[in-house]
Amino acid sequence: MAYPYAHPREVRLLSKYFGDKDAVGLEGWIERGGYQTLKGALDRSPEEIIEVVKESGLRGRGGAGFPAGLKWTFMPKDGERPSYLACNADESEPGTFKDRELMRWTPHQLIEGIIISSYAIRAQHAYIYIRGEFVDVVHVLNGAVVEAYDKGYLGVNILGSGYDLDLTVHLGAGAYIAGEETGLLNSLEGRRAEPRIKPPFPAQRGAFGMPTTVNNVETLAAVPHIVQNGADWYRQWGTEKSPGTKLFSCCGHLQRPGNYEVPLDFNLKELVYDLCGGPPEGRQLLALIPGGSSVPIMTPDELDCECSYEGIEAAGSFLGSGGLIAMDDSTCMVHAIRKMVDFYAHESCGQCTNCREGTAWLAKILRRIERGDGREEDLPLLLDVGSNMVGKTICPLSDSAAVPVVSGIQKFEDEFMAHIRDGSCTAVRRA
Amino acid sequence: MSGGMNPAIVSGQPSQRADKNPDAPLFEGEYQDRFDKILSRYPDKRAALLPVLSLAQELRGWLAPEAIARTAELLELTPAYVRSVASFYTMYQLRPVGRHLIQVCTGIGCDLCGAEDVVERLLKATKTRIGETSEDGRYTVVEVECLGGCGFATMIQVNDKVYENVKAGDVEGLLKELD
Ligand SMILES: Cc1cc2nc3c(=O)[nH]c(=O)nc-3n(C[C@H](O)[C@H](O)[C@H](O)COP(=O)(O)O)c2cc1C
Ligand code: SF4
Ligand code: FES
Repeated sequence: MAYPYAHPREVRLLSKYFGDKDAVGLEGWIERGGYQTLKGALDRSPEEIIEVVKESGLRGRGGAGFPAGLKWTFMPKDGERPSYLACNADESEPGTFKDRELMRWTPHQLIEGIIISSYAIRAQHAYIYIRGEFVDVVHVLNGAVVEAYDKGYLGVNILGSGYDLDLTVHLGAGAYIAGEETGLLNSLEGRRAEPRIKPPFPAQRGAFGMPTTVNNVETLAAVPHIVQNGADWYRQWGTEKSPGTKLFSCCGHLQRPGNYEVPLDFNLKELVYDLCGGPPEGRQLLALIPGGSSVPIMTPDELDCECSYEGIEAAGSFLGSGGLIAMDDSTCMVHAIRKMVDFYAHESCGQCTNCREGTAWLAKILRRIERGDGREEDLPLLLDVGSNMVGKTICPLSDSAAVPVVSGIQKFEDEFMAHIRDGSCTAVRRA
Repeated sequence: MSGGMNPAIVSGQPSQRADKNPDAPLFEGEYQDRFDKILSRYPDKRAALLPVLSLAQELRGWLAPEAIARTAELLELTPAYVRSVASFYTMYQLRPVGRHLIQVCTGIGCDLCGAEDVVERLLKATKTRIGETSEDGRYTVVEVECLGGCGFATMIQVNDKVYENVKAGDVEGLLKELD
């Protein structure tokens, strides 16, 4: 059962028990086969676990798509210094709400993934950095962590294996930039969540100066399935470069918004029109963002592509976090883009001039265009400001803010021009 | 393990509740126990800063200069440092807020589905402006960025409760439920 809508074309590995209240607690989870992988995993060597995950081709689901197994090999194997796993549960990319569902319906799936992954990288403490706004989800997660401790899945000498692991739930306090992995580490250390210059990478100097791996919730939740069933099993779905299934959080103007889990070779257009039911009755789709608000906007004629990392990239955008935002023809694109830019302007940590000033300028110019006070020179000005924000900063938030503006002007120039020339909104005319 | 809350989850407690009391003693009794447990989860004291600030806010509803100073003292940091960290995060209140802190998501997902109308209705019903506390001290309505539930637009968070799929017409009912 998916949540809130199921579709027969989904392949539900991670989301199988969404909506099933009895799967949340430990007892119900064990009845459904939970924690069966853990015992076997602790009997194998950490290297073997890393090898299976590497072979499976599992890519990080937090947005960048970096291969998880490969990232794990960067961790030291000598065990001389303490090392950590940080589970990134900061999910705040607008349009993305999959980690929330994973945690509120299947917290034990995540915890089992965390234990196995920590064992693979030889971490002795794992932190779940969960965004401060997940006030209801964190209670569910807390309950599950306590259950796992009580059952001996966490703590000292787990299941008699000699492996010790502590797990701490760490609640953030409202900052999108804490989702960027080095911002997360700073925040975990009791600092402002300002991203760090890389290198050093977290595997060298991460939390508290020690080797650390940061992985997204969905990445870690996939680990038990892969370790249990093997790399070939996982590779029966998806493509060579994008194996497996992925959750797509679908929102905006759709008949059936929600999370859908599909193999990564699924067709994007079918995901939108078939699974999500397309736009509401009597409306046409105008624009689609496939991977959270920081990836390029697509038009309806570009959607006939594979949902894989490489498929969406070939179609001109990115898979990103899998947060799909649909906009129908009642949408004012200038307004929608301004909202997204406002977000980045608000969330810029301010360390880099190009980002701090650039996001503020973009927001200001867009606001005057939206009001009907724009000038013809504003479009080239936006593009110019945007081009100065790309590839010049500590973290890619700056690039992210420029993306909707540049792709928006490219694809919806007439909407901008209608605001600038006649002070009128195309959306109002369409409504 | 000592009694009370499991140390694994002491840093995972929401910081905003309806039963806040601006005069509550800080970090005493069961809260002293939670404070100690927070410290036990990190290799240094600084790392306890966010959870300890959250604990102070859970008790008092906001972070008064006195709470900041006390936190700084206990964690061996300067008040200026603690303030600079606290002000970085949107969920720390540096001014008092109403008993019900109503946070409406106006991020892109909710915006597309009518969040602006919800905000308007809330302001009308509570007779406030954005960020302002109602005369009876009950409500403060604020706009927030994406709450991570965009498929359930409009998302609203009131203290430590979440309301999904809120439409403008639901506002009166929601406010009634809060008392
Ligand atoms: C501005 C910004 C925000 C990010 N937010 C998140 C987030 O909320 N959750 C997440 O898992 N990754 C986020 N990331 C990606 C992380 O930096 C990191 O790549 C990821 O957590 C690694 O885990 P993965 O390899 O399992 O995907 C963000 C990156 C940037 C640049
Ligand atoms: S790009 Fe922006 S958010 Fe990222 S570090 Fe620089 S100022 Fe901060
Ligand atoms: S946009 Fe409102 S929850 Fe994401």
